[in-house]
Amino acid sequence: MALDTILQVVISGLLMGLIYALVAAGLSLIFGLMDVVNFAHGELMMVAMYAVFTLWQMTGLDPFILLPVVAALLFGLGVAIYRLLIARALSVRFNRGMVQIFVTFGLAIFIRGFMQFWYGGEFRSITTTWLANRTANVYGVYLPLPQVAAGVVCLAAFAGLLAISRTEFGRALEATREDREAVALIGIDRDRIFALGWGLGAATVGVAGVMLAGFYYVSPNVGANFALIAYVTVALGGFGSMFGALAAGLLIGEVEAITAQILEPSLKQVGMFAIYLAVLMFRPRGLFGKI
Amino acid sequence: MDRTTGMNSSITRRRRRELVVAGVLLAILIVLPLPIHDVYTRNLIIITLLFAGLSQGWNILGGYCGQISLGHSLYFGIGAYVSTMMFVGGHIPPPVGMVAGGIVAAAAALLVGWPVFRLSGHYYAIATVVVQEIGYLLALNWDFIGGASGIYVPFRGESWLNLQFRIDKLPYHYLVLGFAAVTWLVAWWLEGSRIGFSWRAVKDDVVAARSLGVRIFHSKMVATAVSGFFTGVGGAIFGLYVGYIDPDSILSGQLAILIALPAVLGGVGTLWGPFIGAAVLIPLRELSSSYLGSSGNGVDLMLYGALIMGVALLRPQGLVSLVNLVRGRAHGAA
Amino acid sequence: MALLEVRNVSKSFGGVAANVEISFDVTEGEILGLLGPNGAGKTSLFNSISGEVTPDVGEILLSGRRISGLGPVACAGAGIARTFQVVRSFESMTVLENVMVGAFARHPAAADAMAKAFETIAFCGLAAKVDAPAHALSPAEKRRLEVARALATEPRVLLLDEMLTGLTPTEAQGGVQLVRDVQSRGVTIIMVEHVMEVVLPLVSRAVVLNLGRVLTIGTPAEIVKNPDVIRAYLGDRYAAD
Repeated sequence: MALDTILQVVISGLLMGLIYALVAAGLSLIFGLMDVVNFAHGELMMVAMYAVFTLWQMTGLDPFILLPVVAALLFGLGVAIYRLLIARALSVRFNRGMVQIFVTFGLAIFIRGFMQFWYGGEFRSITTTWLANRTANVYGVYLPLPQVAAGVVCLAAFAGLLAISRTEFGRALEATREDREAVALIGIDRDRIFALGWGLGAATVGVAGVMLAGFYYVSPNVGANFALIAYVTVALGGFGSMFGALAAGLLIGEVEAITAQILEPSLKQVGMFAIYLAVLMFRPRGLFGKI
Repeated sequence: MDRTTGMNSSITRRRRRELVVAGVLLAILIVLPLPIHDVYTRNLIIITLLFAGLSQGWNILGGYCGQISLGHSLYFGIGAYVSTMMFVGGHIPPPVGMVAGGIVAAAAALLVGWPVFRLSGHYYAIATVVVQEIGYLLALNWDFIGGASGIYVPFRGESWLNLQFRIDKLPYHYLVLGFAAVTWLVAWWLEGSRIGFSWRAVKDDVVAARSLGVRIFHSKMVATAVSGFFTGVGGAIFGLYVGYIDPDSILSGQLAILIALPAVLGGVGTLWGPFIGAAVLIPLRELSSSYLGSSGNGVDLMLYGALIMGVALLRPQGLVSLVNLVRGRAHGAA
Repeated sequence: MALLEVRNVSKSFGGVAANVEISFDVTEGEILGLLGPNGAGKTSLFNSISGEVTPDVGEILLSGRRISGLGPVACAGAGIARTFQVVRSFESMTVLENVMVGAFARHPAAADAMAKAFETIAFCGLAAKVDAPAHALSPAEKRRLEVARALATEPRVLLLDEMLTGLTPTEAQGGVQLVRDVQSRGVTIIMVEHVMEVVLPLVSRAVVLNLGRVLTIGTPAEIVKNPDVIRAYLGDRYAAD
């Protein structure tokens, strides 16, 4: 295989992997905070994609400009989900684990159905943006600019998450993650932290969704697909670890790209699933898991 | 106290009551379709009974044993493919094929369960979805079993040997009724057996259960094998009834939801939950799709989602607990 | 040969030594006390005997066969049963169902297990509450339930972890009688207890632990006069008498 083909595969795997990593980071954040796996995580990303698509359709503005708007929207949605649903689910005495699974799972299905109902099942795409259909040619490797931009933004988002972790809010998040029982003793309002944590997790995956919409089709099922990859990525990287999400995301992205090359494209996910199962066998906590 | 007291214990009395109710219900369901000649209604009852049995099969693993599987369509699909392939390719009668499908599905469930049971709650649920997706992808690309095009079941003559009935679909009703009745009976039997008590003990307090000699892994394997078997048999029956199978109809994530949902709605870990849930859900689904447009427009998904969230938040014990309230009896140990 | 032999058992948790070189024998049919101030390592030792944890050093033998390191399920099968310091009843089940879980250990058939459970429940004085949900019992009744549940496994050795702590004098008397009744059935008992006045009349011998080690082994009369024992308990309410 020619060198530039290999490079092509590797780099496109990396770029996609960055998106997977960011989606996983949001999921990991929420789980690390309160032990709830958000089964609606992929659907939140889909909401972001539909949001940016609709706004683009209405205003003609480039997704880059719409990014902060959608991120804020998703932040609000995350907080709302926590306040209306999750807070209630956490206070159930009977069968709490099952309730948590079903609440977010039910939400996922509901959102998927709603999007299908509202927008119909056809694939949409954002076609006239600043970067659409533009490619850079670097030493024989073709880099589609929307993907590159997505990768860059995702990296920036990770840097942003890192910066947030250094702030007081970030430290409160970490404290709540470490010992959610005790934080009340040091004046941290646990409920508020949970709500903001959900907002941040949703905003994170919203950013990924907006960037993804630059080159990926928008459909009601896109959430389910990315959600599964997100779970696999987080489980691989270890729940509760941001670094694990990044590392695992890149790994998954690469494995997917390589598998698509070696096997058929329609089987490209088998590779990452196999790795996920293999890791689970030997390290149930994931590569860098803290929980 | 001696054994005579045991015969009159609260548990024994309750179980006897359950059998009586089941018997009456069975008698009603045997007679029910006879005056009904409307094909649509008969089909509705058949699908309801099928999903009642399927969900009871799921309930054994997810409800009683507490291992929430969100990818159970994998076993449904395996059962359907094994049985259908045996019939289409090998001319093996479906009654045999169904059992074979169930056994292969049970074996697959054991294979999956063995490494995956170590995982707790959420991790387990995710792993079941991943395994099901792998199955779906593999089936899509495996031409031997038809790939994405699926398999048509050729009509080979009306008979009970072939389990094919074109002129009058009534025998399918009795086939599915038998299926649902057997799954109910197995669940009833397991609930009162050593394994059933093991499951409940583990759900309540793992440490105490172990100190009493309860073998946790073994009990989970039994649950998954039984559950896998019945789900596979249900899949085989479905393939016969519909006459066509493909990955999208029998290995999909949406089907996995539909298998678990009646139990969740009706009451996980209860004997009647899946049946009540199916009786509510399937007709509701048909109603919504006929009044609000064909399936695929998302309304059915919204319905499922709302139901799941509603039950989980408002009444996690399921609709069964409402029935008990009406009876004036507090919902006892489930 | 003693029924239960603890041989040079040591166990550390994350650098903290919970048990250090513990050795003693338990004769069949006796009631042995396991005493010592808080943090002496009593519950850790119980956990080693019942299989919850594996000793780092040493072994535990039941009728000459090693049971240490086999895990709780195997130890239960061999004939070790226990209660827990913080009661662990199966809250969603009734008293009958709780005890049946124990009875199933030796009686796989449901009818036999039920009969055994009834018999054990009556023996432990809970017959009136046979259909009561476990979560509705009083603390003293819950303790009895744990004993009944453990007894239903037909153990050879029953480990009681602070069964009498926190009971009213009447309840404690009832508990003492229950322990005596269990012994009369041929079950060997090891009791961890704080409530000296109640446990010393009950046991034939006692092992006193302090800071993870065996301080002394002797009859109640000897222990009460032992100056090391008194010193170990200095600061506790109890004074030698």
